[in-house]
Amino acid sequence: MVKVYIPRDTTALAMGAERLATEMAVEAKNRGADIEVVRNSSRGMFWLEPLVEVETANGRVAYGPVEAKDIDSLFDADFINGGLSHPLCQGLTEEIPYLKKQQRLTFARAGITDPVSLEDYQAHDGFKGLKKALEMSGQAIVDEVKNSGLRGRGGAAFPTGIKWQTVHDAVAPGDAAQKYIVCNADEGDSGTFADRMVMEADPFMLIEGMTIAGLAVGATQGYIYLRSEYPIAHQILNEALAKAEAANLLGENIQGSGKTFHLEVRLGAGAYICGEETSLLESLEGKRGLVRAKPPLPAIVGLFGQPTIVNNVLSLAAVPYILAEGAKAYADYGMGRSLGTLPFQLAGNIKRGGLVELAFGLTLRELLEDFGGGTFSGRPMRAVQVGGPLGAYLPESQWDTPLDYESFAAVSAVLGHGGVVVFDDTVDMSQQARFAMEFCVVESCGKCTPCRIGSTRGVEVIDRIVNDENREDNLELLNDLCDTMIDGSLCAMGGMTPFPVKSVINHFPEDLHKPVTEDMAS
Amino acid sequence: MTAFNEQSRQQVCDIVEEMKNLPGAMLPILHAIQDAQGYIHADAVSIIADGLAQSRAEVHGVISFYHHFRTTPPGKHTIQVCRAEACQSMGSRQLEAHVKEKLGIGFHQTSADQQVSLEPVYCLGNCACAPSIQVNDDVVGRVTASKFDQLVDQLSTQALEVK
Ligand SMILES: Cc1cc2nc3c(=O)[nH]c(=O)nc-3n(C[C@H](O)[C@H](O)[C@H](O)COP(=O)(O)O)c2cc1C
Ligand code: SF4
Ligand code: FES
Ligand code: FES
Repeated sequence: MVKVYIPRDTTALAMGAERLATEMAVEAKNRGADIEVVRNSSRGMFWLEPLVEVETANGRVAYGPVEAKDIDSLFDADFINGGLSHPLCQGLTEEIPYLKKQQRLTFARAGITDPVSLEDYQAHDGFKGLKKALEMSGQAIVDEVKNSGLRGRGGAAFPTGIKWQTVHDAVAPGDAAQKYIVCNADEGDSGTFADRMVMEADPFMLIEGMTIAGLAVGATQGYIYLRSEYPIAHQILNEALAKAEAANLLGENIQGSGKTFHLEVRLGAGAYICGEETSLLESLEGKRGLVRAKPPLPAIVGLFGQPTIVNNVLSLAAVPYILAEGAKAYADYGMGRSLGTLPFQLAGNIKRGGLVELAFGLTLRELLEDFGGGTFSGRPMRAVQVGGPLGAYLPESQWDTPLDYESFAAVSAVLGHGGVVVFDDTVDMSQQARFAMEFCVVESCGKCTPCRIGSTRGVEVIDRIVNDENREDNLELLNDLCDTMIDGSLCAMGGMTPFPVKSVINHFPEDLHKPVTEDMAS
Repeated sequence: MTAFNEQSRQQVCDIVEEMKNLPGAMLPILHAIQDAQGYIHADAVSIIADGLAQSRAEVHGVISFYHHFRTTPPGKHTIQVCRAEACQSMGSRQLEAHVKEKLGIGFHQTSADQQVSLEPVYCLGNCACAPSIQVNDDVVGRVTASKFDQLVDQLSTQALEVK
């Protein structure tokens, strides 16, 4: 029996993996070939999806991107024995430079294991961190996370260990004394899919990380707040949760330790602002996602008024490795105050889009060129938006910036959640500035005026600039409006929307000064 | 989509009864109703309000806050077009214009024959193979105008076959 791997990851499915898996099984039967189709998840080399892998004595051999129409020729080329002659053959998967050059800690198992097989997870170091944690004091776990230097991967880069310490030390008020672990799986940023990949490729790792967090601070209930746009992740998470519970890796008296941790998935409902942690908590409580003023911090007054850890998927997913291998092993990656690895996500107009997990310190250009291979369209690259819709657009003069939090901050940019969206030279940057404001109109929670009204004004002002109505005056007005939003907004939605807008004003001014043409006026 | 009859009312009551004691029950209830009935009917709002001991205005406030929830019946098929940046970089603005022209409707509208509802979405997590759309439950990547036309034609043939 030969194992043939066909991913059930969202992007693989979006490129035809389901039909491929079905027809592959049928054709194997027709030919009397003895294969087992395993539904793994993606390796994160999305330009090769659907990527079919075949197990051979030398390791897995990869073929991609495979369409249903290629099945016949694959069998003819003896792919089930790793035949190398097929034009779609990529050789041994592990030797593909894109993958080989990465430092995969969080994504070490992605695409290798069956995401919902506990046996696979355990055979690949799964639950090693939890086993250690079950024998440690809460404080010792918190110390380990502190010493790893892990900073939150959701955008704000706040030290995870310090957040955990606060929740550890907080005394839950009231009769229903209860602390909570909340995983922020709202991943709303365009250009990001690392959280999705964790949940679709390695859900037990997230479950393990959250359980360890529960042990660290004495929380017995956790929620994964998952965006409703991720139905595949939802299904896979639920399958994994059921298996973990059945194996007593979750629930009451975990592995006879006397410790308890319950975990549940809750769905968002298509609101970007609910990725902001206090809006998320309101939403989990069943309310409109209006942002709360801070302080008090969620660590002290969080879900249902109780001390709560809110962490991004990637932050929690890094924890099992840190516990299993030790804080130092993790901190040995990276530079300065940016320790460990960050999964970058190459997206948009890029030849080789996908997930690239590396220690901090590579430059943006190396990422775009060595990994990304230039644009998908083959045209020159012009602008790169890093860090999601609230992140700046970087012109070529800034592409040599090292990919770490402080270097990006120094050029008024953010790494955020590691999303990198590439645009070629056909982009009209005035429209990108306009969209930043428009997105804020659509997604503002409405609590404060600079964000709610300012963004609407922003769209109008940019339209006037583009249409050359009092261009210089309106540019000045736009700058003022940006400053008002930065200074007067309660959260980063209104406070950072000006980042991409200002980056267009500063680095791509020519696009705001174009002569008006007929089709633009329409 | 059928009207809000006795059966739909009973279904809403059952859902509310089953879920109302969950911590933060509102969103799970709204999801369950929309999954079962396609939208949240005005008459469902008072049942939810009673079940959760909240005012109808509060329930309505929650429904209207979230883009995902709808208060009108969707068409037989729902098509979502991603409007976010990674898809823009791969021509989603042109694709969006084509989609609207082909279907003859704009966002938040349903075709006159009740076949298709069109909705915007801001990122489907398929940003490495953009532009992306979602047709009912399936995300589709690298969508071109002709690929879109094919998908729509398939939808209408499927509709004929089921009848
Ligand atoms: C508008 C807005 C959207 C956000 N969206 C997300 C998100 O989708 N996922 C996320 O993890 N953090 C998001 N954040 C950051 C969270 O507020 C919070 O900092 C994070 O969940 C903390 O987890 P971490 O320390 O592990 O990064 C968002 C913040 C803002 C202001
Ligand atoms: S800045 Fe915008 S999103 Fe944030 S609290 Fe104010 S209105 Fe809400
Ligand atoms: S809730 Fe969006 S503006 Fe009132
Ligand atoms: S931006 Fe369209 S799928 Fe992410």
